[in-house]
Amino acid sequence: MSQTIEEHHCWNCGEHSPSQKAARSLFCQFCNSLQAPSPDYYRFFSLPKTLAIDDEVLQHTFYQMSRLLHPDRYGRRPQRERTYSLEATAILNDGYRILKDPVRRAEYVLRENGFQVGAERSNEVPPELLEEVFELNMMLDELKSGDDDAVPQLEEARNRFLAMLDSIGVELDDEFRAHDQAGEAATRKEVLTRIRGVLHRRRYVRNLVDEVDRQLSSRNA
Amino acid sequence: MELFQIDFGGQSRKKVVGIDLGTTNSLVAFMDLTGPVIIPDPQGRNIVPSIVSLSDDGHYYMVGEDARPRLISRPDHTVYSVKRLMGRGAGDVKNEIRLFPFQIAEGSESVMRLRMGDRTMTPPEIAAQVLRKLKANAEAYLGEPITQAVITVPAYFNDAQRQATKDAGRIAGLEVLRLVNEPTAASLAYGLDKRNDGIVAVYDFGGGTFDISILRLHEGIFEVLATNGDTHLGGDDIDNLLLNIALEDAATEWGRDVSNIGEAVQTFRQAVIRAKEELSFAPEAVIDVIYGGKSYQRALPRAHFESLIKDIVDRTLAPCRQALRDAGLGPDQIDEVVLVGGSTRIPLVRNAVRNLFKAEPHTGLDPDEVVALGAAVQAAILAGDVQDQLLLDVTPLSLGIETMGGVVTKLIHRNSTIPASASEVFTTSVDGQKNVLIHVLQGERELVKDCRSLARFDLKDIDPLPAGMTRIEVRFLIDANGILAVSARDVRTGKEQSVEVKPSYGLTDEQVDAMVRESFEKAEDDFKARQVREARVEADTILSAVEKAKANDAWLLLSDEERASVDLAVNQLLAVYHAGDHKLILDHIAKLDAVTVRLAETMMNSAVQDALKGTKI
Repeated sequence: MSQTIEEHHCWNCGEHSPSQKAARSLFCQFCNSLQAPSPDYYRFFSLPKTLAIDDEVLQHTFYQMSRLLHPDRYGRRPQRERTYSLEATAILNDGYRILKDPVRRAEYVLRENGFQVGAERSNEVPPELLEEVFELNMMLDELKSGDDDAVPQLEEARNRFLAMLDSIGVELDDEFRAHDQAGEAATRKEVLTRIRGVLHRRRYVRNLVDEVDRQLSSRNA
Repeated sequence: MELFQIDFGGQSRKKVVGIDLGTTNSLVAFMDLTGPVIIPDPQGRNIVPSIVSLSDDGHYYMVGEDARPRLISRPDHTVYSVKRLMGRGAGDVKNEIRLFPFQIAEGSESVMRLRMGDRTMTPPEIAAQVLRKLKANAEAYLGEPITQAVITVPAYFNDAQRQATKDAGRIAGLEVLRLVNEPTAASLAYGLDKRNDGIVAVYDFGGGTFDISILRLHEGIFEVLATNGDTHLGGDDIDNLLLNIALEDAATEWGRDVSNIGEAVQTFRQAVIRAKEELSFAPEAVIDVIYGGKSYQRALPRAHFESLIKDIVDRTLAPCRQALRDAGLGPDQIDEVVLVGGSTRIPLVRNAVRNLFKAEPHTGLDPDEVVALGAAVQAAILAGDVQDQLLLDVTPLSLGIETMGGVVTKLIHRNSTIPASASEVFTTSVDGQKNVLIHVLQGERELVKDCRSLARFDLKDIDPLPAGMTRIEVRFLIDANGILAVSARDVRTGKEQSVEVKPSYGLTDEQVDAMVRESFEKAEDDFKARQVREARVEADTILSAVEKAKANDAWLLLSDEERASVDLAVNQLLAVYHAGDHKLILDHIAKLDAVTVRLAETMMNSAVQDALKGTKI
């Protein structure tokens, strides 16, 4: 079986091309009709598989490709091309949404590399946060039992968590660079494992902030 | 086999119109070489009020201004503001329906059914009458059949409300090429007007709905960043508020409650609307009603009016703040605010917008027409006539599925650019299970009971395997109209899996098809009824002419035979007059015409002779 070899075979004009470039193009090089899209976001945006992405370049590409692919442009085309346009634009939009957000982008790359991410793992407390979480729960208990002294403490904790999120952001940037510069697959895998840890911690802290906000606002209401 | 694909233009250059199907008023527009223009009706009016009335004999519908007087004279045959009922069940509108004089028929749980005379109509069928009127206006104006349209909907419309609007188009004989969100359409017209880059907020406060959309305009791309709103908040609510007060007030003054008399309520409604509209210009207005020989008058100073409606106006602000948050922007980052919808003429509304966005709102465009103009621009984009503009819109509500414990798991979040998609793998929980039921919901809340049920998708004919062995990948795709499509595939075999859709609110495809067929038949009926009416009008003309002639001296100049044949022809015409066959009537008109030739000539001769004698005829 030779499924890994890609080649271009146009549904419209029937032309073949063995070139890798033609196979990866969204349009047929012979008749210029839209081809069935591939759901690989990086490939779709013609981006190298790096975790650091220039926002402006991404937005520019998104607008440019929207002009080429959007269903509004295919109103008078054959049904099959209209379907491809809908499919391709859905992938474009889904991809843009994920790639423009560093966290979702990193989660996407992790998943592509066989890591489990997201809600599946978010229940364990990251070890470095154990102490903080223990204290926070005590404060929340105090608040629930009607003790207003806990309020300034909670607000202080909230600020601490927000600062933590900032530094996690910096940490992610550093790891992204490390990932993009890693030459060997093994090194990349190591960096990705670390990134998964950082993302887990980030999600946990984010949830803590939300929980504090909820408790404080329900008390005010 | 086709060797060349040549587009000769011909057929494919059919004109596509843009339609603003509003709660209170509707408009149709198209794009000519100078830009988008509103298409007037044959009397030259741009606006078609969204009012539909069934004639007393049940044979035809009156729409727009023709139907307006019947709001008062025949409230049981007349429906307005039907847009508020699109894609909704009776349970959804319990509270507001009390103030509408509509009769809700049995079986309205998932689709409203309204009684109009002796017919029962769903909201899409009623809206289709408005669309048909707009279609006819466009055909008369453009001189060609119109079969394709872009129709606008409130940005915050859910899937069922969008589907209902699309159904209305189909019933009216229109292929709906795109549903466009009203504020987005307005921004297209605005952008064409101003052609600038920047961040724009469109505040759209209409007759029945409120929308706020925040867009980034950049080199012809109109990218919606966030949208929010309330599909049950509009000028109608202000009218209802004033109406309640006036009715209670009048009850005290008159010692008689008239709030359950359709005719009285409509008279009061029109009076409070007049007062509301006056208050946009004058510091004081009078609610002035004469009904049943009694008069009611009440002065309403603007300050008092504003204190009454403040809560309603304030309800628009929370969606604005949420949209700003979702777009990740502060009020100071909005370059301009565009006002759309009749309710933005109210000074208090303008003040509220000014205070929130800390900017002077843009009012250069007619708030009644801008949505239809934008729809015409979008129609031209779809037709390929406009190449440099492109709308990138979003879905207003998150889409999710029901999971264990009545919880909603979100798959596509609100404000995602559409088309958008998400995939989820489902499996069986029992050995040999052949069906999997997926409950899809729309909304922002966590629990199923707090979200809007959209549909149940039944994955059928699954290969019977031990529990958990089957893996079915379900793909949820929201298209550029904001409407969901679901497809499924067996992961193991790659085989397409059949999916049966059971919409929670709204009509099934089969029901819409039946309505389309019925509307063609009805259209034929209606056409026949019109031909009969026209034949009768012609018969009336000739009958009264003959009656008059019999008083003329010329009648006596005819022979007995001639007089007898005229009388016979008159009686024969009267005999077929009430039969519903226009051909028969026309035949007998022709016969009567033939036997009265001598009479007419004689009359003419005696008239000529009289004239020669110099006497006055």
